Amino acid sequence: MKKTLYLLAASMLFAASPAFAQETITIGFTASQTGALNNDSTAQMRGIELWRDDVNAKGGIKVGGKSYTVKLVSYDDESQNTRVQQLYTRLITQDKAQFLISPYSSGLVATAAIISEQYGKVMITTGGALEKTYQLGNKNLFQLYTGSSQYLAGALQALKEKNPTPHVAFVYEDDPFSKAVVAAVRETAKKQGDVIAADESYAGSTTDFSPVINKMIAAKADALLGGGHYADGATLARQLHEQKAGVKWITLLVAPDSPKFAELGDAAVGISVPSQWEPEAAYKPDFGPTVAQFTKEFTDKYKIGPAYHAAGGYAAGLILQHAMEKAGSIEPAKVAAELNAMDVTTFFGRTKFSNDPKSHGLQIAHDMVLAQWQKKDGKLVKEVIWPKAAKTADPLY
Amino acid sequence: MWRRPFPWFIVAAALLYALYPYFADDVGLRESLLLAAVYIILASNLNLMIGYAGYVNFGNIVFFGLGGYVCLYLVTALQWNVIPAALVAGVAVSALALLFGLGILRLRGAFFALATIGVNQAIQQLVVNFEPWGGATGIYLSLDSYGSLGGPMQALWTTYLLIVAVTAASLLASYAIRNSKFGLGLLAIGQNEDAASVLGVPTPLYKAMVYSASAFLPAVAGGLYFFKSGIIEPTSAFNLQTSIEAIVMVMLGGSGTILGPALGAFLYEELRGFLLTAQSFSQFQLVIAGALLLLIVQFVPGGLLGWLHQHWPKTRRWLE
Amino acid sequence: MIGILASVIDGILIGAVYGLAAMGLTLIWGVMNVINLAHGAIVVIGMFVLYTVANMLGLHPYGAVPLMIVFGFVVGIALYWIGVHRMIGRPELMSLLSTFALNMVLIGLGTAWWTTSPYNVQVSMPGVSWRGYTFTGTHITAAALAVVIAGLLYLLLYHTRIGKAVRAVATNREAAELCGIPTTQVLAMAFGLGVALAGVSGTLIATMFPFTVLSGEAYQLKSFVVTVLGGLGNPAGALMGGIALGLIEGLATPFMPLSWIPIVEFGLFVFCLIAFPRGIFSFTKA
Repeated sequence: MKKTLYLLAASMLFAASPAFAQETITIGFTASQTGALNNDSTAQMRGIELWRDDVNAKGGIKVGGKSYTVKLVSYDDESQNTRVQQLYTRLITQDKAQFLISPYSSGLVATAAIISEQYGKVMITTGGALEKTYQLGNKNLFQLYTGSSQYLAGALQALKEKNPTPHVAFVYEDDPFSKAVVAAVRETAKKQGDVIAADESYAGSTTDFSPVINKMIAAKADALLGGGHYADGATLARQLHEQKAGVKWITLLVAPDSPKFAELGDAAVGISVPSQWEPEAAYKPDFGPTVAQFTKEFTDKYKIGPAYHAAGGYAAGLILQHAMEKAGSIEPAKVAAELNAMDVTTFFGRTKFSNDPKSHGLQIAHDMVLAQWQKKDGKLVKEVIWPKAAKTADPLY
Repeated sequence: MWRRPFPWFIVAAALLYALYPYFADDVGLRESLLLAAVYIILASNLNLMIGYAGYVNFGNIVFFGLGGYVCLYLVTALQWNVIPAALVAGVAVSALALLFGLGILRLRGAFFALATIGVNQAIQQLVVNFEPWGGATGIYLSLDSYGSLGGPMQALWTTYLLIVAVTAASLLASYAIRNSKFGLGLLAIGQNEDAASVLGVPTPLYKAMVYSASAFLPAVAGGLYFFKSGIIEPTSAFNLQTSIEAIVMVMLGGSGTILGPALGAFLYEELRGFLLTAQSFSQFQLVIAGALLLLIVQFVPGGLLGWLHQHWPKTRRWLE
Repeated sequence: MIGILASVIDGILIGAVYGLAAMGLTLIWGVMNVINLAHGAIVVIGMFVLYTVANMLGLHPYGAVPLMIVFGFVVGIALYWIGVHRMIGRPELMSLLSTFALNMVLIGLGTAWWTTSPYNVQVSMPGVSWRGYTFTGTHITAAALAVVIAGLLYLLLYHTRIGKAVRAVATNREAAELCGIPTTQVLAMAFGLGVALAGVSGTLIATMFPFTVLSGEAYQLKSFVVTVLGGLGNPAGALMGGIALGLIEGLATPFMPLSWIPIVEFGLFVFCLIAFPRGIFSFTKA
């Protein structure tokens, strides 16, 4: 009798303790763990997971007196649009994700955005710079990256400093992001009267760049602005080197920012990349880890240094957390309102979202830098070469 | 046709398929049923070519993709409502199919199959280079496009119901053709084209008609599907793998029958959906599908329905 | 002008490798009237054999070439017995589907093992520079090896007894059987030969470009185009057709945006199918 009484009491105690029980908040996303985008998407995923580990280690997200453990649900989207569609639908309808983070790469972000908007879910987008996605009348998208139109502006300026009359070749991947980036810089170049030696887009799956490189040689191009994502960018860089294309200035999108790019050896020297963030950045954060703290933690855990994709992933989680904590609620409408009002600086840089309904969620305060691979004491390192205020080394030409 | 029980059976099944998730308000179920419905449409229309006329259309996905593009273009650039847009897409694509058909239907067997692949790839590349249709980026729907159907949530349900209607139409069309003089002619062509021609079947005309007919409903379905997805781009719109999976579905269920392709499509899609998200198996989806196809082609070429008919002859009467 | 010439030369170099790939396809087609839709998967196998040999076993990359020929032959015979044997003589659709099923299984296994991420094998060979244009050593070596292997195939088909048996079965299977030739075994060997050719072309392609498990599809489509250009069942035609395709790509590149070139290729493909079903080079059939 006493035993059952004790048992009853004990069970009532456990039943009565939901006040102490951890609630969870489910955040869903997909990552391209396989497929052409795997290199940078995995980095982004690691950034998100590092954030989750940090947050849960400190007891979870603290909202209105309660603590929420972060639970991440993710799937492999295999770098494909159709998978993104099916998986985000699944995340929302079956896994009951309360908030979403986008996949990596503008094309996949655009696809996921349609699903998240159809179901009215808040989604923080990272890894996607394409601005068009935010001009389609959304209500719940929030972009972390600087928009694509800014990407090559700095590169063109830095190039003009070294060579006021370049013969520029635009060779870029035929995907929404790269096309938008080049469209913006092409216009600037035209307005300035620069000579455009070549203007070619290639399919993302291209592995043979010799036809386009021959075209560049024929047109006597001495500067190249373009590229796309990691796989094609790395291949293009390698083949430019093998074919001795004689291009003095090469800026490629995305690819050179990954630490893996150093594997190209000599082919990587001198190649610059527009970057959303570098470990040498000097931002002073309002909350969250500092640049040095984040860099060290990431390097310790994953044994390679973080590039901006990883930083973007971490920042996505961080911003979402901050919005929930400040709003004091996990209700999507309140969190969205908080995000709309936000203007903060984290280790990733300044973050502020556009509230204009025609471009809702567009990132309007974040800055980009230009980084370049140079040889220092025989080793390949990435230095920031632009803007002048942030640089750590002079540009190589 | 309506005096027989079978068409009514199709209508009843379609109503159940459409309304069950609606009244259960189960969005997850709706999504997976919608995908299955799309595959049923592709498979049963493909069956008209493969099962009836004996011509393997490897590039059948081109109708679906083009239909999607025409419909989405009308909706975004010309502000049409999706329903007339999808119908016009269907008509436009069938007309185009008629044109292409006149060229490639002179080829027989494997040559025809290869030519259909060539057509799909060529059209995909043309679309990639066609800026008014977004080029490689594709067309993105802005959310106000759903306004005409009452907002996104309502639009998703409406498109689901419409797609199921197209599915029912596909099966009914299959049945109607089968029991018509046209269908008899097609079956004759499938058995022995030259003999059929000698016996008076107008083979070039019938071939062109069935090629065009097999394009109509997939194009309409494409329009509806990509409207629901909100985005269309060349890689996924003209995906050769999907095209070939449609062939697998027809063979799996039993080519030449009416329910066969539908059954094959449904089973294959459910299997695929399961393998897609069961983490340990997602990479084996293709292996299992391939092994299945290999076994079927070598040992049970009549597919599921063929096997049933062989072992239980009574089923031939009511399970067509 | 030089630019066009450089582009053409590069095109011809790559074209030789396309031709090698297509030779495997056309041989199988000609001998047993089977269109091998697993062709792309086999090219991919060749690519990964190079990766295994060069990156994982640390051997010299070109050592993978003879290895692949032997390995491909064995794999081909196995595939014949698994998926093709029962399809001989049946309607074409059946063998199309059967080989396609093999393709799905192979690609599926490849994806499970290697995933769809890109792989690269660094092969450095000294290139040849001329007037500012460089022809990479790997391209030149690959083209040379392709021609050598094609030559070996010619010797095999026309100067050995086995080759004679293969040609006999291709001409008339029943008559060959009546002459005492074990036709089933010959068919298996011919399939093995075709697979070996396709596989080694994959190995050569992998010395030049990065690849994924899905890269084979593009080369399979190119092989179809080449086979149609060169005439079915005509290996010499396939090599010529490959070089012709490379030439067309090389000529077209300086004059139009790159993204239009596949349209030209596929348009040509459909046109050739309709207008020249026996291939443009059929008059050179040896």
